[in-house]
Amino acid sequence: MKKVLTGNFAAAYGAVAARVNVIAAYPITPQTTVVEILSEIVANGGLAADFVKVESEHSALAACIGAQAAGARTFTATSAQGLALMHEMIHWTARARLPVVMANINRAMAPGWSIWADATDAVSQRDTGWMQMYCENNQEVFDTILMAYKIGENQNVLLPTLVNLDAFFLSHTSQVVDLYDAPTIDAFLPAYRPTLKLDVDHPHAFGALTSPDYYYEFSYKIHFAHEKAKQVIRETGKEFGKRFGREYDLIEAYRCDDAETVLINYGTIAGTAKEAVDRMRERGMPVGSLKIRYLRPFPAEEVRSVLRKARRAGVIDRAISFGHEGPFFSEVKAAMYPSEVPLYGFIAGLGGRDVSTRDIESMAEHMQKNNPDNRIWVGVKL
Amino acid sequence: MTKKSKDGQTIEFKGIDDLPPMPVSLGSMRANKTASWRSIRPVILEEKCKRCMLCWKFCPEPAISATDPPVVDYDYCKGCGICIVECPFDAIVSEPEGR
Repeated sequence: MKKVLTGNFAAAYGAVAARVNVIAAYPITPQTTVVEILSEIVANGGLAADFVKVESEHSALAACIGAQAAGARTFTATSAQGLALMHEMIHWTARARLPVVMANINRAMAPGWSIWADATDAVSQRDTGWMQMYCENNQEVFDTILMAYKIGENQNVLLPTLVNLDAFFLSHTSQVVDLYDAPTIDAFLPAYRPTLKLDVDHPHAFGALTSPDYYYEFSYKIHFAHEKAKQVIRETGKEFGKRFGREYDLIEAYRCDDAETVLINYGTIAGTAKEAVDRMRERGMPVGSLKIRYLRPFPAEEVRSVLRKARRAGVIDRAISFGHEGPFFSEVKAAMYPSEVPLYGFIAGLGGRDVSTRDIESMAEHMQKNNPDNRIWVGVKL
Repeated sequence: MTKKSKDGQTIEFKGIDDLPPMPVSLGSMRANKTASWRSIRPVILEEKCKRCMLCWKFCPEPAISATDPPVVDYDYCKGCGICIVECPFDAIVSEPEGR
């Protein structure tokens, strides 16, 4: 069944389609309507779930952790400052290996107080052990939430996923979303059945003191789970394609096969970049777009294989690591080491500033005329 | 997958696959030994000990038994040395841990 939905509805309907058991959320700004929609659906009997109203985002994720540890499939959503307040619990979720799924509407960090798109909120949570993916459109939001549960709950993975969608460009913009039919979704995503959980009949102590004899190995296992997750993400994306007609991978290369210049991007900029690539191709410029879907696990090999034939590549970051450069640019640069493909780092669209097709075309033109640079501020008013 | 010891309380950890995915104990917390970071070991000298049990009373863990003579449980003693300081008869001495 196809519907016209904003990104917030797509995220909420994704959680409903995944038949989550527990939703815990805090509703104040910068929260979006994702949890309002879910609270209505639960109240009207549209989903057999417990909706837990808590007193902060920190408590929201803490409640999800407790419920997930007890064997429930859980969901929450947040943004910006709310995500930052969860920080301690974000570490806890991953280290406890609980496959919680959270929708994060990428909003700029305050001050200046802003509810517009900026990925710095999510990138700040890079090293917590969560898988992190970035959506291009509302269909991808819905599809990714379903896949995130299946991938995260895989016994070789057992990791939480942060599903990122750009504020306003997706959260408040209506697009056509295919919601499929419930039996097909249930066949793809069976009920959550963890092997280790809080259970009075089979007592275990969770989150116990872990001495230096074991902590190192648990960290190793989290890293190894991320490595295994790459394969599980690929397989799940393929299975999704077979069942629903849309295939997904860690990356998405668009017209990159014969591209001399590749523009690397994530989130909604990917859609604009494809349009810009088409326009430049019409003018005979051999340009391609490479969308990175996952920040963690980072698809380093995939990026290398796409850029193998490129003569130059630029990364468009809607985020900044102050004192250094764009965070995805750092990742791509590290993945490409020691290759000699010239790399350009563009900072664009911070705090929801529009990144137009014209902006992206100007980046490609810049790369053809100038030497590589890791910090190119696009459209900064100096 | 996870292999348990004979008493079923601890993990037999020989390789990375023997560990469960997350820090979880298989039974109660009793199975978790918490003394690996001890740097000194209190040793009770039985001939000097008057069985006053002040060591048992002051041990914050508690890792000293109220028995005759009192016995230090080295699976839980952190080597804080409080018993050594509190013993009025100098019947507890400190020995460096060799580990």
